[in-house]
Amino acid sequence: MIRALLALLLTMMLASPAMAQTRDPILVPDISEHEIVLRQGFTGADLLLFGAILDPRGGRAQGQYDVVVVLKGPSEQIRLREKERWLGLIWVNAESSDFRSVPSYYALASSRPIDDIVDERTALIFELGLDYLQLSPSGSIDPNEQARFTAGLVDLRQRQGLFAEYETGVQVSEGVLYRARLPIPSNVIAGRYVAETFAIADGRVITSATSEVQVFKEGFERRVEEEANNNALLYGLLAVGLSVLMGWAAGRLFALV
Amino acid sequence: MDVYLPIANLSVNGLWIVLLGALTGILSGLFGVGGGFLTTPLLIFFGIQPTVAAASAATQVTGASVSGVIAHGRNKGVDYHLGGVIVAGGMLGALLGAGLFNLLRAIGQIDTVINILYVLLLGTIGALMLREALQSLGYVSVGSGKPRAAKRRHHPLIAAMPYRWRFYRSGLYISPIAPLLLGIVVGTLTMLMGVGGGFIMVPAMLYILGMSAKVVVGTSLFNILFITMLVTMVHAFTTRAVDIVLAGLLLLGSVIGAQFGTKIAQLVKPEFLRLILASIVVAIALRMLWGLGVRPDEVYTVVPL
Repeated sequence: MIRALLALLLTMMLASPAMAQTRDPILVPDISEHEIVLRQGFTGADLLLFGAILDPRGGRAQGQYDVVVVLKGPSEQIRLREKERWLGLIWVNAESSDFRSVPSYYALASSRPIDDIVDERTALIFELGLDYLQLSPSGSIDPNEQARFTAGLVDLRQRQGLFAEYETGVQVSEGVLYRARLPIPSNVIAGRYVAETFAIADGRVITSATSEVQVFKEGFERRVEEEANNNALLYGLLAVGLSVLMGWAAGRLFALV
Repeated sequence: MDVYLPIANLSVNGLWIVLLGALTGILSGLFGVGGGFLTTPLLIFFGIQPTVAAASAATQVTGASVSGVIAHGRNKGVDYHLGGVIVAGGMLGALLGAGLFNLLRAIGQIDTVINILYVLLLGTIGALMLREALQSLGYVSVGSGKPRAAKRRHHPLIAAMPYRWRFYRSGLYISPIAPLLLGIVVGTLTMLMGVGGGFIMVPAMLYILGMSAKVVVGTSLFNILFITMLVTMVHAFTTRAVDIVLAGLLLLGSVIGAQFGTKIAQLVKPEFLRLILASIVVAIALRMLWGLGVRPDEVYTVVPL
């Protein structure tokens, strides 16, 4: 991997005259795996996001850069319900709030705490950090209530392992190579995951680049999901048949013993 | 042994699921109840969505009751005539339950309703069973107790219903409306709670319908078998939440557990069995009540739009 990176680095250096007009550095990102298959034995994965920051004129990029890596899962529309104590007795769902674009997975790693790297405005624009996600809430317009629901959602997802922030998760070596490890739990949904890498200096995003990871089911697991969704009759009969058969077989087996 | 569940969308330790299945299987073999009342809450505890848990538990209960029905059927312990009436009611109930399920889910109260139902039903039935078991155990140790046969009269309300039919094996001459209603209630509960309804059907058959005790367990299992089959199908069509891998693991444990349960049942005094079942039922009801009363770990829940 490192060798491949160095080769890349060399290529970039040789190709540099063509890009001499831009002074901004170039990001070359990559991910250890571009495909994650949800199937038997999958208990989660560790993704290594790595790459290099290069100066278009050749050589290492000038100056000190902070690197932020964000991995986002497919967005979902959700309704978030909040439980409240009812009549001082039991906890029941009371209020709810709708969100139009909630990433099913969000992990961020940065070389320093986000608040030290960028100001709030920049963080909001690029959605850097769990506090700055644009979840597009709808319905309630009371900002306090919205903030409460957003905080509740982020907290819930964090405890499910689906949202995470690693403040010193990116290691930058020699100002050129960076690497970050992001854990993917087993309860992620299938879809297209986008990794965005940002090089930031003096609170300004200098450059960014994206790469992708496809998460999908394959083989038996995919078949099961497809049949359950498209072929309800057959799937239901199969489940019923399986249970009757297993119950009957066990009865017969034990009758012999 | 990690197993990835394709519908629940997460990975669980398969061994625990098989053990959980075995535990409920033993219960079903011992007491003639499906054991769903234990599976659903424990699966939710494992982090599986409540809908998937309820749907897959129903599938498991089908398997656990098959061998019981066969065994009881061989011993003439199933009243197919009366059972058929209850099943018909159960089918209506399951469809009614499906409608209720979707309605409650839409307004976000399905979990609370399920929990309250668990507390009320398990609490009441558990307490009644506990009292009865303690009484009978006490009388047994003292000597000749009160004759239980006194309870063999059905409820006056049932006697007042019109169109009487004869149900020979149960030794009853009652209106079919009564078992039909019982079926509707049990079917609705099965759909809502993912339980077979044995724990409510057995006492109702004994004390409300006044059925002959020797056909109660078999007939109850017969109904559970058909109602859970239908519930699995309804879930397959509406919620699409039946996880066949999860159900398979549960089944593996429960069909074997059920056989052991049947063996144990022949060795232990029935009063003790009832006492144990009553204690389990009461314990789960109390646990659920506590869960409703204290601040939950998750105040927020996410539903897809």
